[in-house]
Amino acid sequence: MKNNNFLHKHQKTLAPLLSLVLIILVTASITPGFLSIQMVDGHLFGSLLDILHRATPTALVALGMAVVIGTRGIDLSVGAVIAISGAVTAVLTVNTDFPVWLVILCALGTGVVCGLWNGILVSVFNIQPIVATLILMVAGRGIAQMITEGQIVTFHSDVLDAIGNGYFLAFPIRVWIAIGMIVLTVLVMRKTALGLFIEAVGANVRASRLVGIEARLLVLSAYVFSGFCAAVSGIILAADIRGADANNAGLWLELDAILAVVLAGASLAGGRIYLLLTIVGVLIIQTLTTAILTSGLPAQYNLVVKATIILAVLLIQSPKTRQWVSAVFQKNNKGSAKS
Amino acid sequence: MQSLSVRSSFPWLGAFKRKAVLTTFSVLLPVLSASAMAADLTIGFSQIGSESGWRTSETESIKAEAERRGYDLKFSDAQQKQENQIKAVRSFIAQGVDGILLAPVVETGWDQVLKEAKRARIPVVLIDRGVAADSSLYLTKVASDFKEEGALAASWLAAKTNGRCNIVELQGSVGSSAAIDRKTGFDSIISNFPNMTIIRSQSGSFTRAGGKEVMESFLKAEGGAKNICALFAHNDDMALGAILAMKEAGVKPTKDILVVSIDAVPDIFKAMADGEANATIELNPHLGGPAFDAILASQKGEKVDKWIKANGPLYLPDTAAAEYAKRK
Repeated sequence: MKNNNFLHKHQKTLAPLLSLVLIILVTASITPGFLSIQMVDGHLFGSLLDILHRATPTALVALGMAVVIGTRGIDLSVGAVIAISGAVTAVLTVNTDFPVWLVILCALGTGVVCGLWNGILVSVFNIQPIVATLILMVAGRGIAQMITEGQIVTFHSDVLDAIGNGYFLAFPIRVWIAIGMIVLTVLVMRKTALGLFIEAVGANVRASRLVGIEARLLVLSAYVFSGFCAAVSGIILAADIRGADANNAGLWLELDAILAVVLAGASLAGGRIYLLLTIVGVLIIQTLTTAILTSGLPAQYNLVVKATIILAVLLIQSPKTRQWVSAVFQKNNKGSAKS
Repeated sequence: MQSLSVRSSFPWLGAFKRKAVLTTFSVLLPVLSASAMAADLTIGFSQIGSESGWRTSETESIKAEAERRGYDLKFSDAQQKQENQIKAVRSFIAQGVDGILLAPVVETGWDQVLKEAKRARIPVVLIDRGVAADSSLYLTKVASDFKEEGALAASWLAAKTNGRCNIVELQGSVGSSAAIDRKTGFDSIISNFPNMTIIRSQSGSFTRAGGKEVMESFLKAEGGAKNICALFAHNDDMALGAILAMKEAGVKPTKDILVVSIDAVPDIFKAMADGEANATIELNPHLGGPAFDAILASQKGEKVDKWIKANGPLYLPDTAAAEYAKRK
């Protein structure tokens, strides 16, 4: 009985986690060596680390996306912002003598400006978030192409190489960056009133205004945060391939980010987000991608397999399934009590 | 037996030199006759847009070729929209041009406007892509043969490895004609060699990031480079991403794993000069010459083939540094 109560109470948290573990186990049974982790040149090496490594950019974008979705918004422009900040990073590294920290600061600043643009459109001009951010989604890649003059600009910088592919304490540096930002965001959202305010704004703008929450500023800052996260992700992605690919960097990443937030059980109607579970959602998506790549499945099956499994995970989490599962459990309990 | 079959299925490289000589002639001859008969052709050119570096160089090459011949080239950028292209072709017809070059953005929906051009007796030459229309509606298609590109890559690899090689393949975007045909061409050659097999094949979506991620997973799945002899990438950008993945995994490209790819973008020449890639096959952007020649030939009433294949040569590291300097 106690066990069932625990299951019932934490079903929301458990469903994504169990899904992740299940996907990893199934993949490991198909692909030999999937779980193996070795030490190579003083850092960890293996498919599981690849998943963490590859999940980093999506995790960062999803973090910002979760906060925006919390305010009942959505940010479709993150992929484009990734392309812009990557382009800024590459062009400044190649064409100027700026020190690396200044280059990174400029790229981050570009992300903040993009977020500010989105935020102003949404909070000041009251344009629907999906439309407001769609504008930058469309224009952003064009801006990035203008910055790179349509070429893939390749660069070399030791610091950026380290951000893209370096290791610290056996783990990829970019994973540390992501962990840092996740911890910071969770602390701010859960240990201060800010998180409560953001969810309150998402749940009911008018009510939160009546209790004195400055909704506009909150919404604005959510988009700025999302732009900032996308910029960090853009720097990492550019550093990864040592070049800025305006056409393809971060392409469709916004959709993965939204999916991760939803996999975590958030409501697109705002007011309810789960930051750590969002990261689990990202890991589910990335594990699927890596699993499909290592399994030797023909390329044309990738998308359908991925979509099918994600659909299954979503179905497992749906309230209907949950009701159905707990109904079955209660029946069983009654049955066992009688006998 | 083995070495015999290598040679017999290896006419590609030989044919290539012959082809180069032939192309030089076929470019020179019409230029002489052109200056003699009609130096002032007016040609309309409807381009798709400028979505990639390759397309930009195609546009520039065709403009340069027209200028060299003293033609009046009316250029129209469709910005990826078919309706803009149809408008452009109609306006070319209204202006009474001598010929139209069309790089179609999509395959279907061209019948009507092509009929209009035919009625106006203006020859239309399709550039680098085909259309799904009756072949009597256009003069010819000047485009490379993706299958031949794949076959050339496989032939080079067969010669280099004596027909023994475990290959990993980075496919282009799933379903694109370049990806399908390059794979078909490659497979058609290696099927002659029992000891050449593709052990892993995945899509890297024609991007550097995709090539890098997929190559990482290949190296993990095969336990490093021990079991992999060569990488065949459907384009250079994926190969460049894969080279990064190899270096980070402590695998030496060209030494541990041979690298052959297609497109001949500037960066792959740099990689070849640095000893990190073995061969690339040019996706020829210089289609203006053969296209103009076809229009001239049709004016003289000569028969023109429905597909003028404009395949580029295979480049090796020995000329890479010079090519990089030329293309940068």
